[in-house]
Amino acid sequence: MTVGTLGERTAVLGVGQTKYQSTRGDVSIAGLVREAAIRALEDAACTWADIDAVVIGKAPDFFEGLMMPELFLADALGCVGKPILRVHTAGSVGGSTALVAASLIQGRIHRRVLTIGFEKQSESNATWALSLPQPFSVSINAGAGGYFSPIIRRYMARSGAPELIGCMVAFKDRQHALRNPYAHLHQPDLTFDQVVEAPMLWDPIRFSETCPSSDGACAMVLGDEAAGDAADGPVAWVHGTAMRSEANNFPGRDEVSPQASRDAAAEVFAKAGITDPRSEIDVVEMYVPFSWYEPMWLESLGFAERDQGWRMVEDGSTNLDGGDLPVNCSGGVLSSNPIGASGMIRFAEAALQVRGMAGDHQVDGARRAFGHAYGGGAQYFAMWVVGADKP
Amino acid sequence: MDPAPLRADLVIEYPFTRTTGPVVGAFMTGLRDGRIVGSRRADGRVFVPPAEVDPETGDAITDIVEVASTGVVETWTWVDPPRPGSPWAQPHGLALIRLDGADTPMLHGVLVDSAADMATGLRVEAVWRDERVGHITDLVGFAPETADGAAGEAAAAEEPVSGEPVRSIRTPIRLEYDFIPSAAAQEYLHAYAEKRILGNRSPVDGAVFVPPRGVDPRHGVEATEMVDLAHTGHVGNFCVTHLPIPGRSDLPTPYVSAWIHLDGADIGFLGLVSGCDLDEVRIGMRVRAVWKPDDELGATAENVRYWEPTGEPDVPVDRAGNRAWQGEDGDHA
Amino acid sequence: MREVAIVSSAIHQVEALTFTTDVQLMVPLINEARDAVGLTQADIGFTCSGSSDFLAGQGFSFVQTLDAVGAFPPIAESHVEMDGAFALYEAWVKLQIGEIDTALVYSYGKSSPGSRRDVLAVQLDPYAVAPLWPDAHAVAALQARLLLESGAVTAEDLAAIAVRSQRNAVGNPNALRASADVTVDDVLAGGVVADPLRAADLAAEADGGCAVVLAAGDRARELCERPAWIRGIDHRIDAHGLGVRDLTRAPSAALAAGKAAERAGFAANDVDVAELHAASTAQAHVLATEMGLGGTGGSVRIDPSGGSLAADTLMAAGLVRIAEAARRVSGGEAHRALAHASSGPCLQQNLVCLLEGE
Repeated sequence: MTVGTLGERTAVLGVGQTKYQSTRGDVSIAGLVREAAIRALEDAACTWADIDAVVIGKAPDFFEGLMMPELFLADALGCVGKPILRVHTAGSVGGSTALVAASLIQGRIHRRVLTIGFEKQSESNATWALSLPQPFSVSINAGAGGYFSPIIRRYMARSGAPELIGCMVAFKDRQHALRNPYAHLHQPDLTFDQVVEAPMLWDPIRFSETCPSSDGACAMVLGDEAAGDAADGPVAWVHGTAMRSEANNFPGRDEVSPQASRDAAAEVFAKAGITDPRSEIDVVEMYVPFSWYEPMWLESLGFAERDQGWRMVEDGSTNLDGGDLPVNCSGGVLSSNPIGASGMIRFAEAALQVRGMAGDHQVDGARRAFGHAYGGGAQYFAMWVVGADKP
Repeated sequence: MDPAPLRADLVIEYPFTRTTGPVVGAFMTGLRDGRIVGSRRADGRVFVPPAEVDPETGDAITDIVEVASTGVVETWTWVDPPRPGSPWAQPHGLALIRLDGADTPMLHGVLVDSAADMATGLRVEAVWRDERVGHITDLVGFAPETADGAAGEAAAAEEPVSGEPVRSIRTPIRLEYDFIPSAAAQEYLHAYAEKRILGNRSPVDGAVFVPPRGVDPRHGVEATEMVDLAHTGHVGNFCVTHLPIPGRSDLPTPYVSAWIHLDGADIGFLGLVSGCDLDEVRIGMRVRAVWKPDDELGATAENVRYWEPTGEPDVPVDRAGNRAWQGEDGDHA
Repeated sequence: MREVAIVSSAIHQVEALTFTTDVQLMVPLINEARDAVGLTQADIGFTCSGSSDFLAGQGFSFVQTLDAVGAFPPIAESHVEMDGAFALYEAWVKLQIGEIDTALVYSYGKSSPGSRRDVLAVQLDPYAVAPLWPDAHAVAALQARLLLESGAVTAEDLAAIAVRSQRNAVGNPNALRASADVTVDDVLAGGVVADPLRAADLAAEADGGCAVVLAAGDRARELCERPAWIRGIDHRIDAHGLGVRDLTRAPSAALAAGKAAERAGFAANDVDVAELHAASTAQAHVLATEMGLGGTGGSVRIDPSGGSLAADTLMAAGLVRIAEAARRVSGGEAHRALAHASSGPCLQQNLVCLLEGE
């Protein structure tokens, strides 16, 4: 691992998001992606003509029944005559899409790249799309929660965490979401008791501790150092990036803290020159689709010692109000989950924080932020560190 | 004698519901009303079907204009037999048709008896379905233009079905695949019919994977050696599910799915646990397979109805399942 | 710009892989590509693949294929839902940054379990076009008729392209359609499959896969005696709608070729061989025209492997073109080569890779 990032310095010039909700019945697919893209262009003070290339990412095409949507969307994304790539890395795709876009700048191939993640999953049904029939297989797993709940059970047993830590995370994220106008779930009357008393889906995961199914899109305009310097408004600088994948279901695999997660975190922090993430990172946007993954990822990523991550939840350290390491001030995946966009939303929200543009969910004085996404059977990891200062 | 290879039909099918937005919606509304509309760019270029975005600039196009229901074939082919899922039951022409008033041709079927009746330059008119909903198939297709253009005009003369604009369309997709398990999977499934559970041994370190994957995923090398596994093992981990599974109405909720670690195997697979109360299920619990009656056995893992406790002493938790999650301190980077 | 070369490749294409999974297909290919240059997965700096869920009828299908790579300890890896040529592009970009020196690229497609021509209809405008289920052969036929009726080619010209492909394919173990003595008359005598295209006008559909190793600078020279240097690589896309653009043209191919040539410092047609990713003879003609390759009478030897017309593995045919072109350079047969990859209906998206020997 090298300290520092080689290649061209890369800036986030603009961010655009759609309002996330269960069905965006007012737009076509093109309309949905353009809404986020145009907002990102406006935020970046760019026009379509300023964009050299587009990198688009989303989850399996079966969600919308549109094969290779970059082909259909080329016109809608101002891409005629330009390069377009379409990334697909399962749930981490929003993050890895941003990393591919960043690499085009870092490699000095292009000067301004538009990157976008989206899902219009209301056109089908997320449960259907996630569990297409497989002949000759025994189908007894009802959804992603069924896969992750045993892993959570292990963490709880090993760490001795109190039973309601997961509910605390869920409640916190829904409270944060109230301060993010784009978030899908806005539950102002939600109480902690309601979270605890919600029906159990996959023990120990309750309905209140799982992510919604959302339509939505998130876009960023990335630029090179000159573009970042020339920007009128604040930009976020990329301090480090990392991606790791590992095989699934093999003997000796640590499912609670996959090695791919630890390796990627080590690389991204080394590149960003960070030796103590807990104190040097000001705000975290991590991919938490089921509540307990907050303490689990805090440990795996190195923000907390092994078996101690849950204490940060319990003592309010990850709360926007009063916490020293606020996590998912946007409401996180628990509050909005357009699958193809969720990873990019994490990366974009991290950028908004260090630009001071996170509105009501801004962490005061945030200068370095961490964005994280994961996918598959916790096999794919994409991460970045962004900062207010040039690295 | 080798048994006949196993195969199954895999059907991927869903009635996708697409919301249209205003521009595509205007096109569909027009179709419902027996009219064809396009979108007009500032320089006057008319796109049919309407383009939401100008391909040259990336700017939105919102201006909707009506075009004629008559036009000319610019290129064509012949589709015989008609494709599954298509709106046509007979062989038909498929053409790019530039309607009068449009600058771009649209794709649709041409209703003639044979390819000999098709030609570039053929003038055609729309043939409308009697009952229209706001869908590209509201057009049955296009037919050679008659002297009075009767077919095209008749539809437009009717009152619109309703004043509400069309906002969504249903576009069912059905794709069929031949699902043929790999050679390794065939062997595994046929063994199940004989009440044998096969695992796959890694040539690298002898680790046994079940079901056989044909590869050691840690090393990317083929694993061809099959081993017979015991029908006993332990619960490595488990999940109590309170959600019903689509297509498994036979499975009452809540139910327990568990990672079954068979004696002799080094990883687990998912199986149902039954034959005890839900809250008795625990990591390390010893289990055995409960098979379907012999006359109900087939080449499928469903031969094992569920896994039931054996009553033997538990495997200690720190030796149960995929143990690496415990890690040794200092293992972590 | 950092010098990056193709240092090894492995290809396998057959008519149908019935009892072989994607993983079983790729294990030997990935190992062959790495072994050829003495690399293990631990030596590889970045891995990128291309594939499509729609071929498998399974969402996240590429996740299982990761088994073939040996992804433990964890690897830096990504995936595009596109032809492997675009995965190679992504890996080339990664190598430009300078943090890594080697990359593994692979892609595969097993379309035989489904109806490929119908699956591809789902790429089209989901509102006004896809519900009509225009299959891939019909769409290619619409384009071919426009080309024929423009006077740019005759049916005999297209048949000559089919003949060239089949004759070149002789001796290529990865070609499905090869014949030393096929003639234009033979092709014209074949039945019309999608008017006006005959069977031999349409690419022979294959199942298969391809793996390629890239290396940068001196690392490439260490690993391989005659690296095939990527002097320029670029890709562009045209408008989607079939009625919106002139289907007898492929401006994005010309544009990508021009951009690649700028980086390479030589014209895209200043090459000894060219490998084209065309779904039909008509498309092969369009591409040759757009990139100035001079048709059958020109000096560039087109499709020495038989091209994709001889064997077209959906999602891998473009990467195979790059591998085949690289083999000509590494083998000393060619000093410069052009490899082309396409995606989408009627050559909507095009990638051009210009290769050169040392």
